[in-house]
Amino acid sequence: MRIAVALGAALALFMAAADAAEYVAIGGGRFASVLPADANAADVAIAPFRLRTEPVTNAEFLDFVTAHPQWRRDRIARVFAEQRYLERWQSATALGDRTLPSWPVTQVSWFAARAFCVSENARLPTWNEWEFAAAADATRADARSDPAWREAILGWYARPSASGSDEIGGSANFYGVRDLHGLIWEWVDDFNALLVAGDSRDQNDPDRLKFCGAGALNLRDRENYAVLMRVAMLSSLKAADTTGSLGFRCARDIEVKR
Amino acid sequence: MNTMLRACAVASLLFSTLALGAAADANRKSASAYVHGDFGPPRGEPIHAVLTTPPMVPPPTGRNYPAKVIVELEVIEKELPISEGVTYMFWTFGGTVPGKFIRVRQGDTVEFHLRNNPDNKMPHNIDLHGVTGPGGGAASSFTAPGHESQFTFKALNQGIYVYHCATAPVGMHVANGMYGLILIEPPEGLPAVDHEYYVMQGDFYTTGKYREKGLQPFDMENAIDEKPTYVLFNGAEGSLTGDKALTAKTNETIRLFVGNGGPNLVSSFHVIGEIFDRVQQEGGTRVQENVQTTLIPAGGASIVEFHTEVPGSYVLVDHSIFRAFNKGALAILKVDGAADKSIYSGKEVDSVYLGDRSEPNLAAVTQATKAASAGKLTQEEQIKAGQQLFTGTCSVCHQTSGEGLPGVFPPLAKSDLIAADPKRPIQILLKGLTGKITVNGKDYNSVMPPMSQLNDDEIANIVTFVLNSWGNPGGRVSAEEVAKERAAQTAAKPAEH
Repeated sequence: MRIAVALGAALALFMAAADAAEYVAIGGGRFASVLPADANAADVAIAPFRLRTEPVTNAEFLDFVTAHPQWRRDRIARVFAEQRYLERWQSATALGDRTLPSWPVTQVSWFAARAFCVSENARLPTWNEWEFAAAADATRADARSDPAWREAILGWYARPSASGSDEIGGSANFYGVRDLHGLIWEWVDDFNALLVAGDSRDQNDPDRLKFCGAGALNLRDRENYAVLMRVAMLSSLKAADTTGSLGFRCARDIEVKR
Repeated sequence: MNTMLRACAVASLLFSTLALGAAADANRKSASAYVHGDFGPPRGEPIHAVLTTPPMVPPPTGRNYPAKVIVELEVIEKELPISEGVTYMFWTFGGTVPGKFIRVRQGDTVEFHLRNNPDNKMPHNIDLHGVTGPGGGAASSFTAPGHESQFTFKALNQGIYVYHCATAPVGMHVANGMYGLILIEPPEGLPAVDHEYYVMQGDFYTTGKYREKGLQPFDMENAIDEKPTYVLFNGAEGSLTGDKALTAKTNETIRLFVGNGGPNLVSSFHVIGEIFDRVQQEGGTRVQENVQTTLIPAGGASIVEFHTEVPGSYVLVDHSIFRAFNKGALAILKVDGAADKSIYSGKEVDSVYLGDRSEPNLAAVTQATKAASAGKLTQEEQIKAGQQLFTGTCSVCHQTSGEGLPGVFPPLAKSDLIAADPKRPIQILLKGLTGKITVNGKDYNSVMPPMSQLNDDEIANIVTFVLNSWGNPGGRVSAEEVAKERAAQTAAKPAEH
């Protein structure tokens, strides 16, 4: 069993190395974010960017920590990741059967996710970039007003937690990006600037910039609560935190030539 | 039954140990002692609070000094039954809906630890209505999965308070079951009672219909429209019925801590067959007495007390009554013990009540009844009375003409079945008739229920009318004959009790 898993991991590692991550170009534009640019619910402007079509897998992350051992769970500085970092892996350098190579990597801190993206000549997407790409369904760039789109997202919330133990490979959306919904939460670069307070009901409190209720209150569309829950999740985190259903994918500026 | 006397006695004892001076008259209705609620810094060793799952309530704190109390509560997202064969992805404080019951004493310093289970998907926090401070603790307890938050508050106000999750979207977290109760005892404690129970109402919104089987997802649209699929006590249909019913004996005092988590509905809380001797709303120190139905707002709670006198099953309902019988808001308190007929007799008389039917339409029936009791009833009087009774009871199916409806209701007119056995109609009226019969050459396969609402006189009159109408063979049936037939049938049937 162990040998089989190790072989599998090695094979996946080889494939990951051979098969560089795929990015697609996303045009950007003006976008009605759930977190408006200002108090008047203005649209945000999103510059064109590239987004990884799939979340980073355990195999890819194992490859990364092998190449950059300072990010192994037994060597990482505690300030960069709490003790649950990659806890489900069999060891610091092997995956095991609770974290199959093709599953999305979870239990990674923001610092580690960011370092991975840098190693891939990329960065973490911003919240607005992520939200822009995730507004699409299979045929439309912005499907958010469709109840079916909402239902699909909420279905995941209602399913018992199987923390990251689902296969990557959901159907591609309008841009060719997979698994933005229904598989894992994903880190974004500006997760700690999303303006949602611990108490989401602070509404128009003068303390807003300190307690930051903006996210919940300025919701311009009551249907957006499905996305809002993701904002709430991200804003509950500190950069060294990890959870069993939180992974990531990377983005690139469109000018970056490979 | 009022327990005020006992309450005062207990309170006096406890108060004598406290240096509260002017409040020492121990009158629970005096609010003056509770204005500040800060009895100084915590004393003694820190105490770990006993938390209980509903419907149980932790024991009284039994303390006469303020202490540091440590409360540890874990948020668990969990699939649980919401009705028979129906499950729901609940978000819970401690694994149940409602969450664990917390009991502290006014003046206690509470060190609160909120843990979010590592397997959970969502961040959560807690807003305790018993907390004085921004967000009721919510801003200090926002916790990602696999993490723990800690904050400390002093319980300044006594009373029964709701706690709930306040993470966006708040309504969804509450609708998924994230609420419970915290009791902050007055310094003298609550008067002793025989039973304390924890009951909390909540409304639930699923995409599937009421009792539609399988895992039912949350329906935000219905929640916003405030159209619940379920309205429940303690988070599931049947959580407090059958084997899980609350129990008590006669001549006991019951205290229910009743909360309402919402998210939307206000509860008209009522116990069918009881009157609440005392109702204390929220932290109110002015007790209301003799309450039939008490309003419990969403995000509010009451302490209701009553005394049991008569054995039986008492049904707890939201008296917005469709919620009770069509959405699940129903629980049972089973009271055992000896019956006290002086309080409640059970059914004493079951007699015919003619009401306004007796005049003038049933004049002949009245006349026949009078004649029968005088022993001078004629066949003519019987036929007239029988005709009026027939019109009221039989003609809907068998028609005024006695012709019945072809293929559905057999005819009584010129009936070969009656001709073959003129006493047969007595049996049919008493027992009913189900299944295939042949009348005048035609088959009928239908159901006639027993006419158990008719007494012997009435059956005798109806049958006599039928026998003398529409070409039937004539004859007369007496009440005695009906009584005999009824007795024979009762004897043939196995005893039901």
